[in-house]
Amino acid sequence: MSKLVEVKNLKQYFNAGGSILHPLHVKAVDDVSFHIDKGETLGLVGESGCGKTTTGRTLLRLYEPTSGEIHYDGKDITKVNMLPYRRKMQIVFQDPYASLDPRMTVGDIVGEAIDIHKLASNRNERKDRIIAMLERVGLNSEHANRYPHEFSGGQRQRIGIARALAVDPEFIVCDEPISALDVSIQAQVVNMFEELQQQLGLTYLFIAHDLNVVKHISNRIGVMYLGKLVELAESNELAFHSLHPYTKSLISAIPIADPVTSREKKRIVLQGDVPSPLNPPSGCRFRTRCRYATELCAQKEPEFKEVMPGHYVACHNLDKID
Amino acid sequence: MMSELLLDIKNLRLSFFTPAGEVKALNDVSIKLDEGDVLGIVGESGSGKSVTAYSVMGLTAYPGRIVDGTIDFNGHRINEMTEGDMRKIRGNEVSIIFQDPMTSLNPVYTIGNQITEVILLHTNKTKKEANDRAVELLRLVGINEPEKRLKQYPHELSGGMRQRVMIAIALACEPKLLIADEPTTALDVTIQAQILELMIELKNKIGMSIIMITHDLGIVANMCKKIAVMYAGKIVEYGSTDEIFYNPKHEYTKGLLRSIPKLTEKEHKKLVPIEGTPVDMLNPPAGCPFAPRCESCMKICMKAMPEYTALSEGHYSACWLLQKEAVMQGGGRS
Repeated sequence: MSKLVEVKNLKQYFNAGGSILHPLHVKAVDDVSFHIDKGETLGLVGESGCGKTTTGRTLLRLYEPTSGEIHYDGKDITKVNMLPYRRKMQIVFQDPYASLDPRMTVGDIVGEAIDIHKLASNRNERKDRIIAMLERVGLNSEHANRYPHEFSGGQRQRIGIARALAVDPEFIVCDEPISALDVSIQAQVVNMFEELQQQLGLTYLFIAHDLNVVKHISNRIGVMYLGKLVELAESNELAFHSLHPYTKSLISAIPIADPVTSREKKRIVLQGDVPSPLNPPSGCRFRTRCRYATELCAQKEPEFKEVMPGHYVACHNLDKID
Repeated sequence: MMSELLLDIKNLRLSFFTPAGEVKALNDVSIKLDEGDVLGIVGESGSGKSVTAYSVMGLTAYPGRIVDGTIDFNGHRINEMTEGDMRKIRGNEVSIIFQDPMTSLNPVYTIGNQITEVILLHTNKTKKEANDRAVELLRLVGINEPEKRLKQYPHELSGGMRQRVMIAIALACEPKLLIADEPTTALDVTIQAQILELMIELKNKIGMSIIMITHDLGIVANMCKKIAVMYAGKIVEYGSTDEIFYNPKHEYTKGLLRSIPKLTEKEHKKLVPIEGTPVDMLNPPAGCPFAPRCESCMKICMKAMPEYTALSEGHYSACWLLQKEAVMQGGGRS
């Protein structure tokens, strides 16, 4: 399989005040590298503030990266004009209540991208295309003249997906697309993402904090902590044979909807809170909450290396972890 | 020791009288809770799970009104109490933790101020004693340097810490019943695990009962002894945790369990969603509210609401399919 998207040493720092001599930065994403193959789904999980959304947005250059490289289909797109690439790379946002313009009709929301990229030569063609998109996501033509407030959360997320699909993209960043939806609606939207992927050969970067869902939809999963990727592996490998202490505790903290399993499960409860990204710990960023932390962890940052084929981990103490 | 009945909600009907019409938020809800038990209420947004719990606190704000039914809690008939009497037991015998710790603390008062407020209101303690008790409570919920924290304001604490403060306030008078309304929805999973662990630990220490309101089936599987599944203002199924998970009888419960992905599953199975959208509570369907989304919907389901069928001791469900089965087996109706 060929790589569709590749990021190398991606960094995204945000200014956070300070003085000219001592500027403060939030290191939202700090030296992250990974690739996504054509047609695959890469899941990205982590707690709030770990930089998963920033990674997704920087990848699309919705933020200009501080440093690092982004490659799309073999070409470096770190500095180029993005307009032609916007047709290929799209995003579905987290909050379907905030990401649709309340003063535009659904038809215009979906049609805006068609206009920008001049994908329709006349009004009828534009209309047909909009209807085709709405039908693809399980809505119908009469919805095109309505406004977002007339729809439920699940339907709005479908509109958001239709908007992303309007330009026939190859790659979609799905940024927490289901976390604002009711449980019984989540499965509908997850299934739709899978069906669209099969029909259209899409590639996804699926960002979410719910590891149950990410495991279900992804081929491989990356785990982020405080702006760093700490582990990346094939989904079953990650779910059943994780190596990093953070991944292990994250998995053990997830409530399993099965009384017997959850009674038997050994839980590793992490102490404390996530440190501030303004002033992250030296060395390994997880060391302040890690029970295996040693002197070395405070001094040297662990390298993100491949310990088994396709399984990457950044930890000094892999041999000590049971 | 026989556990005693602490909370008994009988046939509660509660409506919101909005300009657009009457919204029947609770439609004949009955719940029994023993001392020391943990009851989970699950359901989607708008299913009435929070309204049920708030009614126990006497928090049925305008335009909501209890139309019918009774709420008995610890020797009080809540639905007949005056606001003044209610204030005496609120925070004292029953307390609540709200969903969002970011908005449920008062930003202009210190943490200490907000904890001691409850203590001073309900006990005869002096300010000094109340302060000592606040320190003790913060230590109990696992906050380090409690003396320093008392002087801080909510914005100086993280989400997990704020939720701990909320729990400390709720536990200040050692209530008989703690209502937790989605206490961890706004928190990250590792912090969620800390908070849930803390709640169970404190329950065992103080011996209180908990009503856990959540949409996360994982949380109830882990914490609760009994579960009430709500849909459109009605308890559609009620039973022990094992019965609900391993022997669900209502089509909605079954659908809910089928639709959630599990981390522990090795093979990729396609999810089976519940089709359709949640009920519009302004115009609910005539019969069973779940009928329009139900795969096994029959003619009668669209016309009339089914009675509860008792499936075993303490396990019952409202579904016409079960009524039909019961009739075919000859009797066994509730």
